[in-house]
Formats: sequence, C-alpha cells, structure tokens
Amino acid sequence: MKTKGSVFKYPDNVDTDVIIPARYLNTADAKELAKHCMEDIDGSFVSRVQSGDVMVAGWNFGCGSSREHAPLVIKTCGTGCVIAKSFARIFYRNAINIGLPILECEQAAEEISAGDEVEVNFDTGEIRDLSTGKTYRAQPFPPFIQNIIAKGGLLASLKEE
Amino acid sequence: MGMTMTQKILASHAGLPAVEAGQLISAKLDLVLGNDITTPVAINEFKKAGFETVFDKDRIAIVLDHFVPNKDIKAAEQSKQCREFACDHCVSHFYDVGKMGIEHALLPEQGIVTAGDCVIGADSHTCTYGALGAFSTGVGSTDMAAGMATGMAWFKVPAAIRLELTGKLPANCSGKDVILTIIGKIGVDGALYRSMEFTGPGVATLSMDDRLCICNMAIEAGAKNGIFPVDEVTMAYLEGRSKRPPVVFAADEDAVYESTVEIDLSTIVPTVSCPHLPENTRPAAELSHIKIDQVVIGSCTNGRMEDMETAYRTLRGKTVAPGVRCIIIPGTMEILRECVERGYVTAFIDAGAVVSTPTCGPCLGGYMGILAAGERCIATTNRNFVGRMGHVDSEVYLASPATAAASALTGYITNPTGASS
Repeated sequence: MKTKGSVFKYPDNVDTDVIIPARYLNTADAKELAKHCMEDIDGSFVSRVQSGDVMVAGWNFGCGSSREHAPLVIKTCGTGCVIAKSFARIFYRNAINIGLPILECEQAAEEISAGDEVEVNFDTGEIRDLSTGKTYRAQPFPPFIQNIIAKGGLLASLKEE
Repeated sequence: MGMTMTQKILASHAGLPAVEAGQLISAKLDLVLGNDITTPVAINEFKKAGFETVFDKDRIAIVLDHFVPNKDIKAAEQSKQCREFACDHCVSHFYDVGKMGIEHALLPEQGIVTAGDCVIGADSHTCTYGALGAFSTGVGSTDMAAGMATGMAWFKVPAAIRLELTGKLPANCSGKDVILTIIGKIGVDGALYRSMEFTGPGVATLSMDDRLCICNMAIEAGAKNGIFPVDEVTMAYLEGRSKRPPVVFAADEDAVYESTVEIDLSTIVPTVSCPHLPENTRPAAELSHIKIDQVVIGSCTNGRMEDMETAYRTLRGKTVAPGVRCIIIPGTMEILRECVERGYVTAFIDAGAVVSTPTCGPCLGGYMGILAAGERCIATTNRNFVGRMGHVDSEVYLASPATAAASALTGYITNPTGASS
C-alpha cells in the first residue's frame, strides 16, 4: 500500500483537542466531525487537504484524550498517512485499530518541509520526498500489528478468529 | 528477571508465568469502561462487526458524565444510544443522571474496580485506578468494542519508570502538586509507552484521594499507566467497598526499571501548569501577577471529597473576588450529597461560588463554564491545551484545589497558605 501527496507540517505535542475539539464531540458522525479537523491550530487544513496528502509532525503526536474521533477525522479528511517523530500511545493504538496508516521516523519528520510532495510505502516503511529527492526508512510495525492491519482493523481481525 | 507490579498483573491476566517489557500479550479484562462520548462510537463498531452479545454484563461499565445532564440535542441522542445499549445488554454498571458521577471518581467510590484488576476504559484518564493497585489504561472506542465482545485486549508490556517518593507533603500541597511537579520534570512524553511505578516510604503519607489524583494524570506524562503499591491505606479504602475480592501484587525486588526519579515530598511547593502544556510548570508563588476570570474546582482529577474539603476550608466565610466566576463541581452524587449535608454547598453559595451536579463539562470545553477569547481560568482539571476550555485564545492554568480556591478569593493566581481545618 502506498500514498502520495503534499505535506502538512505540524509541531511537537499536537494534542487530540486540536485535532478535533471536544466541543464538537456531541456527534459520532465522522463526516460531520471531519469538517473541524485541526481547526484550532490550522483553520485552512480542511479546505486545502486532498486525498492522499501526508501529515508530518514532531514528538508525541496525538497526546491527550483517548478519543478515537481524532485518527478518524484525519482519515476521513482524506489524509493518506501521518509521519511523526513519535506518537502518544492511545493515538498510536487507535490509528492501527481504525486503519489510519502512521509511521515513526525522526529524520523524515525533521527534514521534510510543508508543501513537499512525498510518496510513502507502508509495506516497506520507505518515505520518498519527491521535492528534495531524499529517501527515509521508517520502522515497520511488528508482525502482530501488521496482522491486525492486514485483516482490516482490530474488529475484523477478531471476527476472523 | 524480576517483574514490576504492572508486569505481574499483566502476566497473571495473560495466564503466563512471566512477561517482559516489549512483549505482546493478550490479557483477560476485569472491567471495560466507556462514557457518553466514546461509547456511541464503540457501539457503532460493535454492531458493524456483527457482535450480538457482550462477554459479561457485570464487567462492563457505561457512565454518562461528559455532556450530562444533556447539554444539547446531539448530546441527548448520544446519551440515549448508550442507555438503549446498556438496557439491551443488561449492563449492570450503567450510571445515568441521578446516580452518575465523573467516571474516575465514581468507579473507585462504588468499588467497581479493585486491587489486582486489569481494566481498559475508552477514556484516557482510566489510568486513575492504578491508585488502587490495579493495571488500568485508556484506550479508544474500537478497543472498548472488542473488549465488550471478547473480554480480552492486546497489550505491549510496558517498560517502567520508578518514582521513588520520600518525605511528607507540606500542609499547603496535595497530590496535584506532586503530579504537576513530576510532569514538569519529565515532560509530557517523559513516560511515553511506559508504566509509572510509585514506590518509597513517601507512599504511606499519601491519602487515597492524593494517589487517585496522581495516577489520574500519568497520561499527561505520556504513560500507559501509573500504579501504587497496595498498603494499609489501600486496604482501608477498599474495605466494605470493593465488589470483588482485591488481589495484591507486589513488584519483585529485582524488577527492572528504565530509570528512577526521586521525589522528596517535603520539597514540593504549590505548583501551576501554565498554558498550553501540562509540563509548563511554575511555582504558584511566582505567578501572583496572573489575573483570572474563572475558577473551576472539580473533574476526575480533583472532584473528590478531600478536594471539596480544601475548597470549603478556603472559601468559608469569605467572598469570591469581584469579576471572578467560581464553579465547583463535586465528582459524584455521593460527594455532592456529602457537600450538602456538611454545609459546604451553603458556604460555597455564600462565598459567591456556584455548585453543579457532577459533570466533566468545562474540563474539555463541553459546557458549564466555557471561556471567551482572552479569558483565563485556573482549574483543578488535567489539560491546558489550546482551546481546551473554550475559545482558542483563552487560557487554562492547572492547579490544586487549594491554589484554585485561594486564587478565587484574590482574583489572581495565589499561593495557598494551607488553611487550617
């Protein structure tokens, strides 16, 4: 699986309250919620993001609340992948469970700039910055987690058992 | 190789003689928790996957607490969906308006969690129950759905950070100052993916309410869980309360810790986290120039009886500063009732504060105390991210009940004196 698109760059400690503010959590409708994705730190994200685009962020992406609405709205907006130096653990888990591809790669997160065109291969962990010509290699998921993703998420993998 | 307390609980629930950090395991769950925000998503996933029954109706807790009493029509629909699911599946620990409380104040109080448990909750502050000597961690709604269906969850066994506590807290400090100090020291990802294991002679000096507050904010250091050893304070708290027999696990002498942080409780000072990250801590005494518009005393972090007592001792017979809105939210209906019976509510009202029924409301910017642009709040809650309590240009300062109540009287962030009882 691959994604290709432009980069939206964010800092360290992007929390779930800015990914999807709790004031909108009176609904579980992903499309409705997705209209407010990143609204409090990047008001124009929703109008600019295109299918396949990539978020690149610093340390501890997705810290804070356990709301699964956070990876869900990022995915629903069309974002193809999130690359960060590290992810907060509940966000990491939720992203795997709902099928939002995420990759940890410190160097890529440091060097890739906003607006760059990147291509990401989830199977190999290869990240290519087409604007700079540089290539990065992220740590692939352990086999246990790859299995959950391959089966289409946690519940699908459980049903199969 | 020795195991930490967390690792021992996980090994036991995975049916394994031993586990080590980094190992992926599947563990039996003693309780699966959700609230009115996260449960609707879990119900949708549960149904979409084609599950028809829950694994055990007595081991699921659904607590309506974030937006109840319903703040608007959409919130009412979400509550209704939770209510119907709980009814359809005969969920025994379903808490609705009238008997609900803020989940992490309610579940320990009602004895629904106990020592030795392995608990997941679709709420990040589920790590609170580590105070009781349980392994307890926050997850998302899909994990909740899977937990409700199967009674199992997968975990990566965490490495550990040891927090070695010595000494005794000064009179004007409480558990909140301890955890804010720790987060200021190690940062908001200082314990990422790890367990925070509290040990040392200082543990015995901390009340259960202090421990619940400390474990509650382990997530604000990025931790998977926080956990306290089971001692006399724990057993006294669980006595007559715990619905299941407690199981005591203790760390091995040769347990492996990645690092150790030493905290001398006697050196702790009233501490405040400044906007917009919990790690931005400063002594309250250095912030006396910060003018505030609102005070919130409550939440799953500090809505317990000792917190109400502190607020009462500070506010009784005094008056909230002009221009300050002081909102007090007891964490559960039992705590609210006790505040009424002890005369606290009258004292709060006489001081010019308002008292609400239990709700998470303002903590996450839901309702019951939303901030306008440029406004500042000192709150006993747990997060001060951008826009957390309202407008993106508002500010939240996190503090203990003593600091928040003292600040309510002056209108500025105020170092509490430790009012006598």
